[in-house]
Amino acid sequence: MSENREKKVREPLVHLTRRSIMSPAKAWGIRVMAVLLGLLVCGIVAFLLVDKLRQNPGRIGEFYYTFIKGSFSTPRKAWKFFKDLAILLCIALALTPAFRMRFWNTGAEGQTLMGIWGAIAVAFYWGGKIPEGLLLVLMFAASLLCGAAWGLIPALFKAKWNTNETLFTLMMNYVASYVVAYFLVVWVPSGSSNLGKLKYGKLPSLGHDYLLIILVTLLLTIGLHIYLNYSKHGYELNVVGESIRTAKYVGIGVGKVIIRTMILSGALCGLAGYLIAAGLDQTITTESVGGQGFTAIMVCWLAKFHPLGMILTAGLVTLLDHGAAQISQDFSVASDFPDVVVGIILFFVIGSEFFINYQLHFRGHEKEGSVK
Amino acid sequence: MNIWLDFFIDSLAFGATFIYGSTGEILTEKAGHLNLGIPGIMCMGGAGGCLVLNLIGKSGMPGFLIVLLGTLGSLAAGMLMGLIYSFLTVTLRANQNVTGLALTTFGAGLMKVLMKLTDPVVYLVGPKQLFRFPFAGRTDSLQRLGVLFFLAVAVAIAASWVLFRTRAGLNLRAVGESPATADAVGINVTRYKYAATMIGSGIAGLGGFYYIIDYMASQEAYLSIEAFGWLSIALVIFALWRPHLTILGSTVFGLLFSCSSYIANIPGVQITMAAKPILKMLPYLVTVLVLIVTSIRNKRENQPPASLGQSYFREER
Repeated sequence: MSENREKKVREPLVHLTRRSIMSPAKAWGIRVMAVLLGLLVCGIVAFLLVDKLRQNPGRIGEFYYTFIKGSFSTPRKAWKFFKDLAILLCIALALTPAFRMRFWNTGAEGQTLMGIWGAIAVAFYWGGKIPEGLLLVLMFAASLLCGAAWGLIPALFKAKWNTNETLFTLMMNYVASYVVAYFLVVWVPSGSSNLGKLKYGKLPSLGHDYLLIILVTLLLTIGLHIYLNYSKHGYELNVVGESIRTAKYVGIGVGKVIIRTMILSGALCGLAGYLIAAGLDQTITTESVGGQGFTAIMVCWLAKFHPLGMILTAGLVTLLDHGAAQISQDFSVASDFPDVVVGIILFFVIGSEFFINYQLHFRGHEKEGSVK
Repeated sequence: MNIWLDFFIDSLAFGATFIYGSTGEILTEKAGHLNLGIPGIMCMGGAGGCLVLNLIGKSGMPGFLIVLLGTLGSLAAGMLMGLIYSFLTVTLRANQNVTGLALTTFGAGLMKVLMKLTDPVVYLVGPKQLFRFPFAGRTDSLQRLGVLFFLAVAVAIAASWVLFRTRAGLNLRAVGESPATADAVGINVTRYKYAATMIGSGIAGLGGFYYIIDYMASQEAYLSIEAFGWLSIALVIFALWRPHLTILGSTVFGLLFSCSSYIANIPGVQITMAAKPILKMLPYLVTVLVLIVTSIRNKRENQPPASLGQSYFREER
């Protein structure tokens, strides 16, 4: 280090400044470029990993076409695409109030799983004993309560003792998963932990099984957009996120806002759990959420915590996931290939934010805009 | 053989996976980077080592060379993953949580794709005895402690020594606590962040390799590394950001984790199936408890590094 200090001060090769504002069109242009670059790298990686592609490089066009084919080639696939999008979006929306508050809730996986558990527990104990309509309402309440409780516990400690919420909520995911594992042992006498489809507690179908889920999520998106941007609660949590000191100064009860917002965030995760439990699975395993709680964090962040933007980002991730799954089928690659594709594209999109937020000034190109 | 001793040694051996994982994570966290990519890094560390062994496993090289090259392959794969993470979070100042999660998705997926290309007969069956080096011939439970176990203990102690007893460690801790202050006194913040993250990731990668090749020594082992990666991140809290304490912590975690399979063999102990998930929940509950207690006691030296999770841009206040 000491020789460094004695060296003559040289101007660095690249000098960074924060951009004030970039036009949305240019920002989106950069993001689209990032996705395209990511797809290019995916092609290269696929070339290295996929035997069928290496033997027959001409199929590379088909490789890219498969991304679209995986989601939209048949009506069934299109429905599945919108259903998966809706569930992912719902969890991402649930995270949004917490993230706006800079409360890094990494526990969506557990909160959603507890939501599923709540609904399934009600259906397991009371299914068939009470009218189906009442059962569905009780399941709904149980889902929201369980999700909210799972979000509330870390929030209480955050509000009182400033306990690190990222790590706390992360641990709660595993506690939730073992809670489910415990009940699967209790509920399934055979010891196989395979609960099977429950007979009761299925949401009615509006023409198509997935339609209700999609509509609920759409309503939630609009509702949350209004809550965050046009309500007093939304204003308060945004202030807490911007600066806790400002919030205290203007008389916002920070602890109260944290607790209230996390109850909401957890309850919305619970709602996602309800949609999964009553709308789709009607059963539960420890893997019922399947990592979507973590993917949702990325979806939420990519959209800069804007509910409407999340429709796009959740769509992108779902599209990539389905496309890559189709590729692993058509080109006989391991079924984990989608994760590789999603990971690579995310790297590029995450990295591209830098070029939106910062301006690069190279040495020797000093112009009027440079800061001294 | 005494069941208690078996239980203890098995927990020690199991714990080495976490020693690597959490020592690596501590190094990155001390640089101010909460690396949620550790599970993916451990996966890729495992895949890297196994790919190298897949190439040289049957080449008839001397045993120590096979062990060395496999370990280096794992280290290199982990460091490469660390490089991706550092480039995105340090140079491009991306959000650390999101980058880490993307890295875990990527690493865990790529490992599973890569491991399907390897041949367990080549990378596992031959080499696994070599990794059990000092006690390979024994029939009692001591044979479980191989060369990578001792390396884990050495790495944890060395990491503590570097962090708390050397100038470089002091600088690194300064970077993690307050990068602006460190920058002002002339510490190269970027270099320290890169070095700590990459070395930490390399070390964490060894954890995945150790788990596949030594502790489990089975061809399905790679499927469960991701879960242990998350547990390693938990252990960092448990060890209060001190690498040498991960040795103790990982043994406790190992005991808690494997007690569900040993407790049934202890004479006089009755256990129902339902108790197993509860026992497996214990490591996480204990971690939450430690997290709460340290935040209530609020002693400065037991807290996470102050700038954890925030990227540093010199021209920002």
